[in-house]
Amino acid sequence: MGNIALGSVAIPLGDIIDTLTGGSPSKSAWKYIILDYRLPKAVTAALAGSALAISGLLMQTLFRNPLAGPFVLGISSGASLGVAILILGSSLLGITLGAAMGNWALILAASSGSFGVLLMVIAAATRIKDTMALLIIGLMVGSLTAAVVSVLAYFSKAEELQRYIFWSFGSLGNLSWQALAILSLCWSLGLILTIASLKSLNALLLGDAYAKTLGVNLNRSRLSIILATSLLAGSVTAFTGPIAFIGLAVPHLVRQVIPAANHRVLVPAVLLGGAILLLLCDIIASVPFSEYTLPINAITALVGAPVVIWLLVRKRKLIF
Amino acid sequence: MKRTTTHTLRTKKLSVGYTSKNQKVAIVTDITIALKPGELIGLVGINGSGKSTLLRTLAGLQEPLDGEIELMGQEIKTVSTSELAQQLSVVLTNQDLSKNLTVLELVSLGRQPYANWLGNITKEDTKHIQEALKATDCDSFQDKKCYALSDGQLQRVLIARALAQDPAVMILDEPLSHLDLHHKAALLKLIKQIAQSQGKTILFSTHDIEHSLALCDRMLVLKKGISTMGTPQELMDIGVFDTLFPSQHITFNKENGRFSIDK
Repeated sequence: MGNIALGSVAIPLGDIIDTLTGGSPSKSAWKYIILDYRLPKAVTAALAGSALAISGLLMQTLFRNPLAGPFVLGISSGASLGVAILILGSSLLGITLGAAMGNWALILAASSGSFGVLLMVIAAATRIKDTMALLIIGLMVGSLTAAVVSVLAYFSKAEELQRYIFWSFGSLGNLSWQALAILSLCWSLGLILTIASLKSLNALLLGDAYAKTLGVNLNRSRLSIILATSLLAGSVTAFTGPIAFIGLAVPHLVRQVIPAANHRVLVPAVLLGGAILLLLCDIIASVPFSEYTLPINAITALVGAPVVIWLLVRKRKLIF
Repeated sequence: MKRTTTHTLRTKKLSVGYTSKNQKVAIVTDITIALKPGELIGLVGINGSGKSTLLRTLAGLQEPLDGEIELMGQEIKTVSTSELAQQLSVVLTNQDLSKNLTVLELVSLGRQPYANWLGNITKEDTKHIQEALKATDCDSFQDKKCYALSDGQLQRVLIARALAQDPAVMILDEPLSHLDLHHKAALLKLIKQIAQSQGKTILFSTHDIEHSLALCDRMLVLKKGISTMGTPQELMDIGVFDTLFPSQHITFNKENGRFSIDK
């Protein structure tokens, strides 16, 4: 609600409540701003925040590493690569995308990009026991994709480049209600997979070997956790662009408040926390009562990085 | 369904080791043992003798190279991981578990093999969890986080978790390492008592041969790829420990069951 109320155009709270409950505000332009811009933006922020936070939690448990998250392990850069190939590479390959196909193609490109990177990281994870090495692999994959994107950018047209750069800034405001429906579908599927994995996630807190002796089918649960993560992080990244730090920071913030490691408690808490934090970041990004709207990706990093540093300084170590 | 059998865990001509570049490398071969309910069995051998490999193989964490393993009269290959989890539990050496778990949460995870797909804890489960906490004397700090525990406390909590799993066989990999003499003695007596009073088979590996000789019902000695099983007295009589270590540094004294370093 606060998120809807605060924007470049000041709209009184009373009018907002009127509009949301089906009435008409004093100015008809306000109704348009609220229903077709701010409300979808708020819903997007809530969905994206919760999805990224959950995928961060899933990755931290799967890799048993407090620094894991969709961004750190190169999942978001995988999505970026997919989108870059789609936007920048399509003209090179001589394909033109229809507007209707655009959304689906974008989400497919981002999801398959992130899924591909995750499979690579998991393949490395089965060979390498050292989780720090895995993080470095994730970072390397990030640099690799950045390099490929640069090469693609070098050969592409200015307008395509601009389209890609705007995507990479991250924006919560560009989603139509139709796009939101696609996003919520992916969100729900990812969440269903997460709930189905709750039991094995808890067992994985003990490590792979213990999980196996507790009757967990390791390969199957790993795959469903990876699928859930790439669905959640991939779809969000496709629609909003890469949004940093939510996935990494929210699970740690929640652990500060809730003294539980059980995923049946953590998952709903992280879900809520992610939604709230991204809504707050979005309020800051829209710079209330001013004409400016800042890139959301910059704001989450500005808020998220100091939080992680503060946690490290205060607790001296992060635990997953 | 539990079949009645006089042996909980038995192996026939078991070979354990690892596979490297499609080549089987056996560390210990021809292990034929039969463990009974209520027995405490110590597994000893020098570093690299294959203790952990054997335990991991028995726990189903790695494939045997050859031979058979039977758990409760059933060939282990035919038992599903979820069924196996109700018959056998482990305490491992690598502690990459989440230290953010509370003691109660960690011990409760032992009930997972019995829980539904969401991992609900029933009254029956709570009973097992509380009994395990009490038996291992962990109930006084059950709400503490694992990162706040000492090594000895954490080891007891891990044993409590394995106990809550209510298996027929418990396999412990070096439960006595990192513990001082007092806590070693306390832990040994604890697992001895659990084995006796709850009729569980407990197989544990250790470097603490002297204390194990005093408390174990039987011992399994791994030496140069060969396994020897017997009561402590039998093993001392046939002189297994005399040659357990390369002889230039250490001598075993049969009279008091102790090793001494040659000066």
